[in-house]
Amino acid sequence: MRREGSPWQGLGVVMLKELSDHLASARMRVLEWLVVLVALAAVYAAITQVRDATAEDPFLFLRLFTTARDPLPSFVSFLGFLVPLMAVGLGFDAINGEHNRRTLSRILSQPIYRDALLFGKFLAGLITLSISLIVLWLLVIGLGLLMLGVPPGGAEMGRALVFLGVTIAYAGVWLALAMLFSVIFRSAATAALVTLGLWLFLSVIWPALAPAITQALVPSNDEATLVITAQMLARLSPSTLYGEVVLALLHPTTRTLGPVYLSQLQGAVMGAPLPLSQSLLVAWPQIVGLIAASILLFVGGYIAFQRQEVRA
Amino acid sequence: MSAAVIEARGLTKRYGDTTAVDGIDFTVGAGEIFGLLGPNGAGKTTTILMLLGLSDITSGEARVLGHNPMREPLSVKRLVGYLPDTVGFYDTMTAAENLHYTARLMGIAKRIRDDRIASALARVGLTEVAEKRVGTFSRGMRQRLGLAEIIMKDARIAILDEPTNGLDPQASLELLDLIRALKAHGISILLSSHLLDRVQSVCDRVALFNAGRIVLMGTVGELGRHVLGGGFAVEVEAESGDGLVKRLSALPGVRGIETPAPGRFRMTCDRDLRAEAAAAVVAAGGRLRELKLDEPSLEVIYTRYFQQAAERRQGEARHAA
Repeated sequence: MRREGSPWQGLGVVMLKELSDHLASARMRVLEWLVVLVALAAVYAAITQVRDATAEDPFLFLRLFTTARDPLPSFVSFLGFLVPLMAVGLGFDAINGEHNRRTLSRILSQPIYRDALLFGKFLAGLITLSISLIVLWLLVIGLGLLMLGVPPGGAEMGRALVFLGVTIAYAGVWLALAMLFSVIFRSAATAALVTLGLWLFLSVIWPALAPAITQALVPSNDEATLVITAQMLARLSPSTLYGEVVLALLHPTTRTLGPVYLSQLQGAVMGAPLPLSQSLLVAWPQIVGLIAASILLFVGGYIAFQRQEVRA
Repeated sequence: MSAAVIEARGLTKRYGDTTAVDGIDFTVGAGEIFGLLGPNGAGKTTTILMLLGLSDITSGEARVLGHNPMREPLSVKRLVGYLPDTVGFYDTMTAAENLHYTARLMGIAKRIRDDRIASALARVGLTEVAEKRVGTFSRGMRQRLGLAEIIMKDARIAILDEPTNGLDPQASLELLDLIRALKAHGISILLSSHLLDRVQSVCDRVALFNAGRIVLMGTVGELGRHVLGGGFAVEVEAESGDGLVKRLSALPGVRGIETPAPGRFRMTCDRDLRAEAAAAVVAAGGRLRELKLDEPSLEVIYTRYFQQAAERRQGEARHAA
């Protein structure tokens, strides 16, 4: 039997309210400062380094994103940990906060479905993250233009735009994860700690652990099998996926993200950049993986929320 | 009683092995204040959540204004206003902003929204603090803001869960007055409470809950007659007077008499014997100081009912032995 009415009723109202809450919150102030500081630090580091390097690089602009200079990490590695932190910061008390303020049952007794509340909050978080990331992206591009004095080419801008989109999808994964835990745990502090713990595990420990697990569990002496299995395992972490997409997009010479067989190198011109469409093909499974992960995590949170009792 | 606005038949809720609500039946008539009374954990809130479609019904059936809360939750929630136990609001938003948000969720048209909010706040006496943050509100003010939300919604049924819980006597009297005013506007009200005496005064009919079942239902008077054996209790306080006890107990219709304190007499009678008792005191040469008829209190009814139930069980146990 079908439910009456639309699950989207009230979605827009919830989204706008959450969005204005996010934008006016103290968390947002912190995020804005982080964004500005990260942009300045990354661009400063990259530009001092790029100036020393050759100007013959056809993808000079993309170096802004990827060049690191001791002791500062590159812009992309900054993003690799800044984005999850921002997403967790916005999502960790989405549902349990309503519980603890005792507003949940009052809101749910209005003529809306739970779908609208959860999805509205997710969209508001994602829009807030997108705004921050777009601003950050524009800042970097703008500063780059000013300080390098070289306009970017069309292919470079295309790559930079896709990179922005993928970063937003990556933010969506962590936001969905944080919201899932905000449904499961009644205490916001527990939810935040568990999400951050899982983030540390997935981005720092898991990539190092994957080869060790492969060594222990896969009874094979074939070097290729071991490497491929370890890589498959490591790709369970969204951080690994994101890192690989960034590699393919921002280093146009990347031809594959896995091991290369000699037969595949026949006829290849080493060191020649791929066109954007080919780079996209190389990273396509990873991009789909990131989007699928955020959908899966959101669905998990949705199911948990539907089954939850509203009484405090 | 006019047409029923809420009907529950065999309503049951189980969590795993435990049964929170066990096959209850009741109806709430239009324009009536119906009280769900009983100790904490007796299943009152669970019943309310099932009626609102916020909790799944394990078995049995519920109808709210002809709608099934499981299948048509939006229709039910459009017509019913709910004030949860210790209602919460967004503390950083003002009272008016909080109502604005729910008004938009209710789908109230933009041009009438401000008027509705203002008049609802005026009805509960919160006009002056409409632009204050809810974080500064006392508990009583929050409860009143919750009622304002129901008024704004133009609900046909108001479901109030423990509305006077945790309020000081003054605040809870004010709230009960507001509840009576809601009734005067033609809204049917279902309220739950564990404070028997306080809600007795507003309820037309009550259902007494115990361990997930309704053990008694009816008007307070009916329950009193049923449980206490249909007695009227007349209390007499008089000075001096010879053999008052004898004279009073000799009155026709008196079943028993107690003397809780010197000069105080408590008679259990078949009917209201105040006039006869007064005449008897005067005839005995005593000075009458106080004379009153005790309404049966829910507290007494409830305690007595469980005493009787325990006695019946013991009797059955003896019988079986």
